[in-house]
Amino acid sequence: MTGSPVVRMRGIRKRFLDVVANDGIDFDLHPGEVCALLGENGAGKTTLMNILFGLLPPDAGTLEVWGEPVAFRSPREAIARGIGMVHQHFTLVPPHTVLENIVVGTPSRGPWLDAASARARLQALARLHGLDVDPDAPVWQLSVGEQQRVEIVKALYRGARILILDEPTAVLTPPEARGLFKALRSLAGEGRAVVFISHKLREVMEVTDRVVVLRGGRVVAIRQTAATDPQELARLMVGREVHTPARRPRPGAGPPVLEVEELAVDNDRGLTALERVSFAVHAGEIFGLAGVSGNGQGELAEAIFGLRRARRGRIRVGGAELTNRPAGEVVARRVARVPEDRIGVGLLMELSLAENLILEAYRDPRFRRGPFLLSSAVAGFADRLLADYRVRAPHRAVPAKTLSGGNLQKLLLARALAREPVLLVAHQPTRGLDVAATEEVHARLLELRERGVAVLLISEDLDEVLALSDRIGVLYEGRLMGVVPAEAARVEELGLMMAGVGGPEGPRA
Amino acid sequence: MITLRLERRHPLPLWQQAILPLLSVLAALGLCALLVLWAGADLLRAYAALFAGALGSRFAILETFVKTAPLTLTGLAVALAFRAKFWNIGAEGQLYAGATAATWFGLTFTETPAWLLLPMLLVGSFLAGGLWALVPGLLKARLKVDDVVTTLLMNYIMLYLVSALVDGPWREPVSQWPQSPDIVEAAQLPILLERSRFHLGIPLAFVSAGLVWLLLARTPLGYAIKAVGVNPRAAEFGGIRTTRVVAVTALLSGGLAGLAGAGELAGIQFHLMEAISPGYGYSGIVVAMLGGLHPLGVVLAAFFFGVVNNGAQHMSRVTGVPTYLVEVMQGVTLLAMLAALLLNEYRLRWARR
Amino acid sequence: MELLSVAFFVGLLAATLRMATPLLFATMGELLTERAGVLNLGIEGTMLLGAMAGYLVTYKTGSLWLGLLGALLTGALLGLLMAFMAVTLGVSQHVSGLGITLLATGLSLYIYRMVIGAPSVPPSIRPFQILAIPALAQLPVIGPILFQQYLLVWVALALVPSTSLLLFRTSLGLKIRTVGENPKAAEVAGVSVYGIRYLCLMVGGALMALGGAFLSTAHFNMFLFGMVAGRGWISIALVVFGNWRPGKCLAGALFFGGLDALQLRLQAVGFQAVPYQFFLVLPYILTIVALVSVSRRAAYPGSLLLPYKRGEA
Repeated sequence: MTGSPVVRMRGIRKRFLDVVANDGIDFDLHPGEVCALLGENGAGKTTLMNILFGLLPPDAGTLEVWGEPVAFRSPREAIARGIGMVHQHFTLVPPHTVLENIVVGTPSRGPWLDAASARARLQALARLHGLDVDPDAPVWQLSVGEQQRVEIVKALYRGARILILDEPTAVLTPPEARGLFKALRSLAGEGRAVVFISHKLREVMEVTDRVVVLRGGRVVAIRQTAATDPQELARLMVGREVHTPARRPRPGAGPPVLEVEELAVDNDRGLTALERVSFAVHAGEIFGLAGVSGNGQGELAEAIFGLRRARRGRIRVGGAELTNRPAGEVVARRVARVPEDRIGVGLLMELSLAENLILEAYRDPRFRRGPFLLSSAVAGFADRLLADYRVRAPHRAVPAKTLSGGNLQKLLLARALAREPVLLVAHQPTRGLDVAATEEVHARLLELRERGVAVLLISEDLDEVLALSDRIGVLYEGRLMGVVPAEAARVEELGLMMAGVGGPEGPRA
Repeated sequence: MITLRLERRHPLPLWQQAILPLLSVLAALGLCALLVLWAGADLLRAYAALFAGALGSRFAILETFVKTAPLTLTGLAVALAFRAKFWNIGAEGQLYAGATAATWFGLTFTETPAWLLLPMLLVGSFLAGGLWALVPGLLKARLKVDDVVTTLLMNYIMLYLVSALVDGPWREPVSQWPQSPDIVEAAQLPILLERSRFHLGIPLAFVSAGLVWLLLARTPLGYAIKAVGVNPRAAEFGGIRTTRVVAVTALLSGGLAGLAGAGELAGIQFHLMEAISPGYGYSGIVVAMLGGLHPLGVVLAAFFFGVVNNGAQHMSRVTGVPTYLVEVMQGVTLLAMLAALLLNEYRLRWARR
Repeated sequence: MELLSVAFFVGLLAATLRMATPLLFATMGELLTERAGVLNLGIEGTMLLGAMAGYLVTYKTGSLWLGLLGALLTGALLGLLMAFMAVTLGVSQHVSGLGITLLATGLSLYIYRMVIGAPSVPPSIRPFQILAIPALAQLPVIGPILFQQYLLVWVALALVPSTSLLLFRTSLGLKIRTVGENPKAAEVAGVSVYGIRYLCLMVGGALMALGGAFLSTAHFNMFLFGMVAGRGWISIALVVFGNWRPGKCLAGALFFGGLDALQLRLQAVGFQAVPYQFFLVLPYILTIVALVSVSRRAAYPGSLLLPYKRGEA
């Protein structure tokens, strides 16, 4: 890593409504380095890079790229300066081919699409860095890892000398992540500069040269990777000592509450998403289902929630048959549900907090007087829940969209747990939450376990699953690869299962 | 270069939100002023004549209410539907369905006394309009067929049906004009105030507004309608049967428009004809939006358009400005209201780049 | 004339092309717009104002070409307004489109009344004449059908493969389709989402207005308030029915044009068995049926109806 900075950001400030995402940030990037931008969720990493990429204008501050001051009005201008970005949620067009996705918007000779020369150039570029892609494949057919490679080639095709990757390993299996790291080192070796946004300490230690730590919208530390360690980084990231929650021994598992038997579920395209999945979750235990997203977790959760048909198999809660029953009945059987897509599926953002809290319960007789809703009963119910779950909001009548991510999750939990459930199914409950909010959710899950509730935790975050679960299962391509007790679980073994290797279902390594 | 940017903000307090429709109306009056001036008329004189024509005498005011009633009902119909994100552009056809049903009652039950016939007629019109809206409603709820296009097409189908009826089996036998014979007197809505056309349907329209408010604000169904409109996936998640809610909403929405048709037929015209509605169904869309999709707002917005519709003739007579100004004003008001609603979510920022 | 004679069918097919022409212009215009991710419900009003503008400019200047130019400009301006509302301001596409239809309809009436007044007989203009391509027009059967038409009919037919070429073979077309499927993907690839949407709305609007102008300057020779009669809404359905592909939309337009032509001929022949309204209403019923039949397979452009603001998730 040598040379003067190719990027120089000074005093960058950006505010969204009440939240100051970037509070006077200085950031340098040097050619030939892989620089980590580390911070917990909400620290301002993505915002800063979106500004560099021209997606957002800063409220204040200056930006210099290749020594020249710039003020990007759109990504197009940033791309012209050699900046490329791969976002956390892919920006690809599924029905189009890889070639179409990569070539769109690039200068062409004449009005016609020149597929032949584009294909040649693309393939040469991809091969150079070990990023093989099939130009004529429609994107929807590609695996997540392959899609990410397309995104990177897309940036390189436009001549990106500065490449920004936002949480690239969130969707990769451990072997795929290692392939990515090799590619990144190859790119840095060519003299390009790479920004690696992440909140995963182990990976930052493995692939980066330098770490810039953000907290609360500010740079709190800059370290050479070789000169630091995960504990120091964690402390800098969160601002205090981070402790893994002490796990009390299992209070003695009770009878099975959730029983899933030979479940087969299809996805929206009619393809098999789950095949012959069987497991049980007992009262007073946390069953963690690990696996990279897209392997059937969503469909499993939806089937249990009462939102998706099961083609075959049975779902039983407390002995009662709940296969293919409507959502209302699942709720009535005291199943608490926390969906993966908080905002899209779980909440009514334009309506008030109270109106959100009664979504599952509004038909209860205690809220009715004749044909009318009893607003006083609703108000009391809402106020009590907001207080019990410490949701920070001025009043129950404010619209839900004014709440922060952490508070929205607390709102969801409050609603889900209001009925004294026997089973909680939580899908990605801490995604996008900062460490403080995550700790609160984890504490809540452990508390439920103490009280004898059965908890099914579906999460991509292997660390989270390891920290909380009593038993761990891994989903891969719709099959349950194996179930291991927590004491015996090893990261390596689980990682292999997540990639389809090992376990009773998968081929031997 | 100076650019205008939209910057997110916290929603406006309620009282400020109520100003937005006023802003839209002012903007509309301002933009339409260009057209008035083109007509060579004095602006103040023209607008004064518009309002005077609608409010300048007892008869004028009562006539304004006559026009306000159908606008209120179609406005309510559209507002209720839009709350559930059911894009009911078919209020016009539903109105005609209601008018047709009312005609049938009024021509068939010649011996029935008014105290029985009128309620039958109103209920029948409500159901006719409701069923006419239910078809596109179910198509949307169960088959995801676009409701905008289907409700629109249903308008034309109903119109041709009416045309065929008044051309054929219901054609007035004596004059041979393309309109139905008059309905029996027992089916006619009684006039409540002498020397005017202020009929029973008018207060009923306002009562309907109250009932719609009650439904939305205080009943479980109203809550379900709001939830489905705000986020159908979350509503489904919560256990709400969204298909059923959309279907019921369509039924109620069409029913309200059907009542508008009954009112025009049994309270004003007394016979069915192709021109029984000057586009009340479409005006209802503007009324609903201007009223913020809120029943009280709808009443006020309906009154505004009642004034404008009623006063246009007088304005035209006095200043020569074509009455079509009203049509233009509808479109401009709708666009202005959309733009004004933005102010609830965004702040305007001038920036030098 | 015998109902089943060759002459009848030739006449019917020739008329089919003419009746399909306004639908083709409007459908191609809406297709372009929707492929960029915007639903333009201003289509009905744009067609009417385009018809009025085409007629009025011709009436005032004596030149049909200036009339068409007037219509194109009118359509482009309405498209610009729709773009401002739906793209820059990002308000509901449904409601802003309806507002534009209401506005354009009102303006058609108002401006016509201002300029022409209210004569008992609407003044007529000398419309476009049917042209015959020498030699080709003499061919039996296909001669009168394909080679004896208004110029605008040929333009409309040529528009179909042109739109196809544009969308699927040019880089601009790829940009449009990408914007329509995933505007964020387009933006980060360096495409100006706003620019593409503005372009498509304006060009689309111009085409819609041209469809209306065909009615007033070729098909008829005057402007009538009820002239468009819901063709705009049918065009919207045709876009869905054609699965957003120009070739299939052509098939739909020909089908409906054919129905319209048939209905007129049956009336002329004195076909009394069914009231004439039945034939007039058939296209609308069939459109609904068509929409239901494709509802399962409809390949909506991914971002249709969603407003896009740069920088927001």
